[in-house]
Amino acid sequence: MSARPVLHSDDIARALRRIAHEILEARRGDGRLVFLGIPTRGTALAERIGRIVDEIEPGVAEVGSLDVTMHRDDLGRSATRAPAPTRIPTAGIDGATVVLVDDVLYSGRTVRAALDALADHGRPRAVRLAVLVDRGHRELPIRADFVGKNLPSSTSERVFVRLTEVDGVDEVAIAS
Amino acid sequence: MKHLLTTRELDRATAVRILDVAEEMAATADREVKKLPALRGKTVVNLFFEDSTRTRLSFESAAKRLSADVITFSAKGSSVSKGESLKDTAQTLVAMGADAIVVRHPASGAAHRLAHAGWIDASIVNAGDGTHEHPTQALLDAFTLRRRIHGADARGQALDGIRVVIVGDILHSRVARSNVWLLATLGAEVHLVAPRTLQPAGIDEWPVTVHALLDDALATEPHAVMMLRIQRERMVDAYFPSEREYGRIWGLTAERFAALPADTMVMHPGPMNRGLEIASVAADSTRSTVLEQVTNGVSIRMAVLYLLVAGVEEERA
Repeated sequence: MSARPVLHSDDIARALRRIAHEILEARRGDGRLVFLGIPTRGTALAERIGRIVDEIEPGVAEVGSLDVTMHRDDLGRSATRAPAPTRIPTAGIDGATVVLVDDVLYSGRTVRAALDALADHGRPRAVRLAVLVDRGHRELPIRADFVGKNLPSSTSERVFVRLTEVDGVDEVAIAS
Repeated sequence: MKHLLTTRELDRATAVRILDVAEEMAATADREVKKLPALRGKTVVNLFFEDSTRTRLSFESAAKRLSADVITFSAKGSSVSKGESLKDTAQTLVAMGADAIVVRHPASGAAHRLAHAGWIDASIVNAGDGTHEHPTQALLDAFTLRRRIHGADARGQALDGIRVVIVGDILHSRVARSNVWLLATLGAEVHLVAPRTLQPAGIDEWPVTVHALLDDALATEPHAVMMLRIQRERMVDAYFPSEREYGRIWGLTAERFAALPADTMVMHPGPMNRGLEIASVAADSTRSTVLEQVTNGVSIRMAVLYLLVAGVEEERA
């Protein structure tokens, strides 16, 4: 199994910067903007996007994380996983625009679980989805609003996202 | 992890993991919707052969917060009083589709028997068996200690170097036994205090320091003092001359409480005998964790039920 790199550190930085601009452009009105990363790597990406948004329009972005473990539809089919922390900004998410952030969009099942988990915290005005990589093969009617890189892949391939915060290096690679 | 029967067999990593999951469970209490869907479609049976209010309610509330169906079964007024055996009762519950059975029984080893006799396949949680163990109580005590000491940075931490004094009826106390194993595993330094008559045989082999007098143990300036209930219902013999004398020598009186270091926690598993093992001024102070222990009990039991029942059994990596 050989891993072929598809995004390097500066590609990732560029993609996140573009996503941050797109999110601000798509924003209507001046409601709150809450970035919630899906652990583990989504959390790191949400923090990065939040920082870029904050540079462009200071004070706009609020960042947190949303664990989806207990809302997954495969919970009873796999080994028990320990949930990761969920951090919701103290002002809550009612009436805010929530941008869910994850590293890879694949079947869409994680995002479905995230939408369920989100409902336990309140009622956002709108929910958007930003992902670093969209590799296709959706199993649910879910799509991303902001995509760093569309990466056509076969189901037999594996996509690896590595981030400095978690893995010590920034890289996206695909292995067959 | 398939069953939770004792804290003696818990390794440090597993114990910390349970406490970490309990942190996440505790966080759900602040949410708009406090219920989690993790055990939807699962059935948890509370099988109580012995009186209990707080443990039963705590398990019931934990299972419900995780969306499990809960059946509570008290031995009183059931076929057990007609002479039904533990085996028949267990098999009846399995026929009802129980995924987990929370059992409290007056006989030591009842939970172990239920788990390993081959009668049933459900996960077993020991909610107190005789004078043997009460693992979820020890876990919630460790959780309470860890939260008070480490606050928001508690995740991943153990209790290394924390000094805990456990006082009272060690002989009959399953809470003490479970706490001794768990706290020692987590790196805490455990001191036990009891009248000689209430020290079990073999206590010398436990990973603890034993004191006969409370004042000697308190002189070690502990981080926490855990007062055990004098279990009048198990006091068939005269273990000490009188309750007044017990209270004077081994009780956390107002004077002893006042002499403690200012940040020493006062713990009690409840229900308390006020004025006997603990003075009201200690029980009601801000250093008392009694009510926190009750709240944390639900989080711990959620974590345990979640880890035992939610997924398929883990393969050992």
